[in-house]
Amino acid sequence: MTAPAPLADGERPPAAGALDVERLRASFPILAREVHGHRLVYLDNAASAQRPEAVIEAVSDCYRTYYANAHRGVHALSERSTDEYEAARGKVARFVGASKSSEIVFTRGTTESLNLVAQSYARPLLGPGDEVLLTEMEHHSNIVPWQLVCEQTGARVRAAPITDDGDVDLDAFARMVNERTRVVALAHVSNALGTVNDVAAVARLVRDRSGAAVVVDGAQAVPHMKVDVSALDCDFYAFSGHKMYGPGGIGALWGRGKLLASMPPYHGGGAMITRVTFERTEYTVPPHRFEAGTPSIAPAIGLGVAIEFLESVGLDRIERHEHALLSHTVEVLNDLPWVRVLGQGAEAGSPRAAVVSLVVDGAHPHDVATILDEQGVAIRAGHHCAQPLMERLGVPATVRASFGLYNTHEEVDLLVSGLHEVRRIFG
Amino acid sequence: MSDLRDLYQQVILDHYRAPRNFGALEPVSACAEGYNPLCGDQIKIYLRTDGDRVDGVSFEGVGCAISTASASLMTEAVRGLERPQAEALIASFLALMTGDGEAGVDLGKLEVLSGVKDYPVRIKCATLAWHALRAALEGGDSEAVTTE
Repeated sequence: MTAPAPLADGERPPAAGALDVERLRASFPILAREVHGHRLVYLDNAASAQRPEAVIEAVSDCYRTYYANAHRGVHALSERSTDEYEAARGKVARFVGASKSSEIVFTRGTTESLNLVAQSYARPLLGPGDEVLLTEMEHHSNIVPWQLVCEQTGARVRAAPITDDGDVDLDAFARMVNERTRVVALAHVSNALGTVNDVAAVARLVRDRSGAAVVVDGAQAVPHMKVDVSALDCDFYAFSGHKMYGPGGIGALWGRGKLLASMPPYHGGGAMITRVTFERTEYTVPPHRFEAGTPSIAPAIGLGVAIEFLESVGLDRIERHEHALLSHTVEVLNDLPWVRVLGQGAEAGSPRAAVVSLVVDGAHPHDVATILDEQGVAIRAGHHCAQPLMERLGVPATVRASFGLYNTHEEVDLLVSGLHEVRRIFG
Repeated sequence: MSDLRDLYQQVILDHYRAPRNFGALEPVSACAEGYNPLCGDQIKIYLRTDGDRVDGVSFEGVGCAISTASASLMTEAVRGLERPQAEALIASFLALMTGDGEAGVDLGKLEVLSGVKDYPVRIKCATLAWHALRAALEGGDSEAVTTE
């Protein structure tokens, strides 16, 4: 199902251990299309990645051949849908190193996963004077849920500073963790800068100073590197399907079993109960306690297939390939005096993943985006749902190019030639 | 197929690089803020009126070439107009951008922005300042107008 196409006559296989990008590209139908008369160069993967044929086919096959509600019926289709849905949960659990499938809650995505933790885990714990510690590089989805729960409980949100180079200032962070810190929430990989945070080091630091739960926004990490929640030693890990080549509208939350078991439901409804009377309702066990209503069955199954796809390609190979693209991009851009690359670390080789944020002298990111789009190059321009970070960096917006496993060095060169066109118009 | 040269005409680039009437206005009759939540662009319009006459308009903010040039050209175009004329100019400019309805008045130099209508996602950049000016003419100082 996920096997790459055979080599054409005369085609040379890639070097051992390297990614055969051309063959991979052929499994993503959308990459063959043109935009404004140019071949699509899709460099907006941090916003949402594209899907391989296998994922599209799995979702389609579910609807065409066996779809029914899960966990409801005794008929054949319901049994099959239930089996496939739960098998997908198992794939997700294995993918992030969870010890049990029951530690994986299907959600609509990272945003819902983080809201779930804020409301079901943090809200009962938090009170006036308690603190939720974030970092300055967080996405709005890892800020606003905490602000909401703090408004409800009288706790307060604090944000640990980052350095000018785009790293969390770990000394300052450590000083901000205290006995009132109940939750520490941070991105594994920054969506705007690509910074890879050392979650294991942060978790150690937190455990030494407080009993706070460590909540990780993994949306930008899971498509790009091998993630193992037990090695990270975090308590919750949230991610989305659509950024990892899976369907939209599905994501997951991993939580430590004993924490999930202690948490009240997030939503009320069907599937999350054992017994309902008008006097009293008994809730079922995790993960179903947190999955009220009919779940996104076909997207969850598609997510399982996306995971198989990623595993068949190999996350270590993906990471190496994307890192080579990133180094190439930063190297070329650093030679352009009218381009400023943001937050790539204090030294070459700082841990970064698949994202380059930049500004062009004299040209606003939106104008850059329009000019690049005319050449078929899709990037993101704006604040990347990280307005506090933009303020910290002193820019209203940036141009962000973000890579996926199917991007090529030739596409990096097309991005750069697009930037030269920007310079020609605005220089 | 639209052409980038139609979008980024020299007049637009000139007003982007050297925006006219940029900065706070003192004294001022009304202020209004415009906000495009999609891109984070923010603009503040200062309006000074003398009776029914627009005595002066200025703006502050950070934006793209289209939004900055549109605001800059607008400040020049509305100065000296009577209130009904200013309102008609706003309506005509918005009609030009959205393609809804007829431009009731001659837009003159503002026609350089007509290329924007071929770039639907950028129309809000061009109209932001105009929505804020309309709010200022209506008294201003309420909540920021947004493009959403």
